[in-house]
Amino acid sequence: MKMTGAHALIESLRQEGVEVIFGYPGGAVLAIYDVLYDTKDIRHILVRHEQGAAHAADGYARASGRVGVCMATSGPGATNLVTGIATAYMDSVPIVAITGQVPTYAIGKDAFQEADITGITLPITKHNYLVTKVKDLPHVIKEAFHIARTGRPGPVVVDLPRDVQSAELDFEYPDKVELRGYRPTRTGHAKMIERAAELINSAQRPMIYGGGGVNAADAQKELVKLAEKADMPVTMTLLGKGGFPEDHDLYLGMPGMHGTAYANYALHEADVILAVATRFDDRVTGKLDMFARGAKFIHIDIDPAEIGKNVLPLVPIVGDVRIVLNALEKKVDATKHMEWRARIEQWKQQYPLSWKGDGLKPQYVIQEIHRATNGEAIIVTEVGQNQMWAAQWYPCKRTRQFISSGGLGTMGYGFPAAIGAQIAHPDQVVWDIAGDGSIQMNIQEMATAVTYQVPVKIAVLNNGYLGMVRQWQTLFFRNRLSHTDIATGTPDFVKLAQAYGAVGLRATAESEAKPAIEQAMAIHDRPCLIDFQVVREENVMPMVPAGGTVDDMLVD
Amino acid sequence: MKHTISVLVNNRPGVLARTAGLFSRRGFNIDSLAVSTTQDPDTSRMTIVVDGPDAILEQISKQLYKLLDVIKVLDHQDEPTVVRELALIKVGAEPEHRGEIMQVVSIFRGNVVDVTQNTFIIEVTGAGDKIDALIGLLQKYGIREMMRTGRIVLSRGPRTA
Repeated sequence: MKMTGAHALIESLRQEGVEVIFGYPGGAVLAIYDVLYDTKDIRHILVRHEQGAAHAADGYARASGRVGVCMATSGPGATNLVTGIATAYMDSVPIVAITGQVPTYAIGKDAFQEADITGITLPITKHNYLVTKVKDLPHVIKEAFHIARTGRPGPVVVDLPRDVQSAELDFEYPDKVELRGYRPTRTGHAKMIERAAELINSAQRPMIYGGGGVNAADAQKELVKLAEKADMPVTMTLLGKGGFPEDHDLYLGMPGMHGTAYANYALHEADVILAVATRFDDRVTGKLDMFARGAKFIHIDIDPAEIGKNVLPLVPIVGDVRIVLNALEKKVDATKHMEWRARIEQWKQQYPLSWKGDGLKPQYVIQEIHRATNGEAIIVTEVGQNQMWAAQWYPCKRTRQFISSGGLGTMGYGFPAAIGAQIAHPDQVVWDIAGDGSIQMNIQEMATAVTYQVPVKIAVLNNGYLGMVRQWQTLFFRNRLSHTDIATGTPDFVKLAQAYGAVGLRATAESEAKPAIEQAMAIHDRPCLIDFQVVREENVMPMVPAGGTVDDMLVD
Repeated sequence: MKHTISVLVNNRPGVLARTAGLFSRRGFNIDSLAVSTTQDPDTSRMTIVVDGPDAILEQISKQLYKLLDVIKVLDHQDEPTVVRELALIKVGAEPEHRGEIMQVVSIFRGNVVDVTQNTFIIEVTGAGDKIDALIGLLQKYGIREMMRTGRIVLSRGPRTA
């Protein structure tokens, strides 16, 4: 069928089952937007800043497990996507970003709104394409989605020059992908799985340390089965949250810098650690050569480059964790580790996660949100103290329930990602746990949420500080609070929300928190922001200082 | 420890930037780099000399494999190979030294490929240490300008990548 490149793009997206595009128009994507004008089966969500589009596509992808799609024009439109693309890259999130480009004859001439976006995004994409011939467009889109969602997922950028969008082609959508340099391994090596099982069977103090790949692979069920059969306590990273039900009695909470003391002690004393789809990030390990020194490691990951990157495992297994865990579970002995479990129980009693003190505490706010939502809400976070408190005080049950920028630590991620998550799951309750600093980084997306009646609830834990930086200054820089007090100039969030046509509420004491949360839960046709004016100087505890070990852990 | 690796890649625009960029991004140092097409017009071959411990090399190889355009990575460390570099050396050649220089060059099986009143351009191929040795001997005549290609390598015997 004869059609233009712009039509072919939309038709290709249709073939990929795309339901929603988060985007922002501009001069170099006019032909595509002209096609969207008549497109009814693919929804376009008009954001207010391209960064919001990239984060919304990311939130949509994390919440749904599908590929998120965002679109922007050339030059500044494309560069505004960059932070969102880098965020998705660091956390292995499948998104396809479509950018307009100046016409092929103008590339390299410093044309108006020209930026070399494939060059710029080289180190932050799984792959990218500059399409210079319209006939390549269908197979490029096919490949882009295939690459984004298979193997270790990640972002793919497709850059489309204006003349390619308007040129005609004979459209035919390919039904398979041929990439000779790309064949991810899915089933693990049988011999290695055998050795892993032997090691687990010989362990006295085994542990599972799981990461984001458990969510990406939807492997919760397989992980639970294995953990229960081999009686292995489990700790899940920030990105792994929800990959193991947190109300399970084998669960120890998060490891690392702001993890639970008992998870860190258990890792420190374990003799065999099964690392599942995780990458031994410095926020988990602290000082690398002191991390879990007594343990032998089994490392399962779909990305061979992760194995041995930071920690050399005794048993490496490359493969899809869901398939590997399933095979491994059949090989391990059903057993009980009474002594080990008792020791962990002791740590749990001795060093429980806790908070105390008077006034409206951020931890209390999150606990109240947990109560009001029966622990069922999708929790999206910004970055900083709000993120760590959300991770500590909102235990999750399901995979894909907790959405946060882990690797890149992008302030301003949460709100647009929450909009994406809510659009993926209109029937679920979505909360964005925010700080007064990070919410201001993408507050303009309030207009998006109001326009499309997205009922995201935003809990601003307002302490008037860039709280996590303030905490580090207090602890490590003699409390010299250099440029972290933002109380002056912070807007009245209630009025701000109202100005956008959203609902704005305020809670200044514990007694006001619960009613405000309940009121927010009753709103279904627009976003609702609650300004929780929490005590200012609360620290996130426990804390293992950067590059430290469990022995350096601060408890309060 | 220096490693010589061959990387077979798709012969497409931008692939060199992707591959070379990966090295700097991940903190690996490239000592030399040579790229050309191969018997297959869809494939290019890079020979890269990289300095670092074995563990780093394994990480380099895995990171290279993550690039969609990388088809194969070969480490030549434990096998017999044919290794060559080419150098062009413009050297001062006053009439009284010409005979001497030409003798040295012929010992190294090099050629004089350009002659003026007082300069030669010498062409020589071989392994890096041979070229180093010739350069050493030519120093005293005054090297005006010089260019060396990166190392290129093939495995000996019938085995192919």
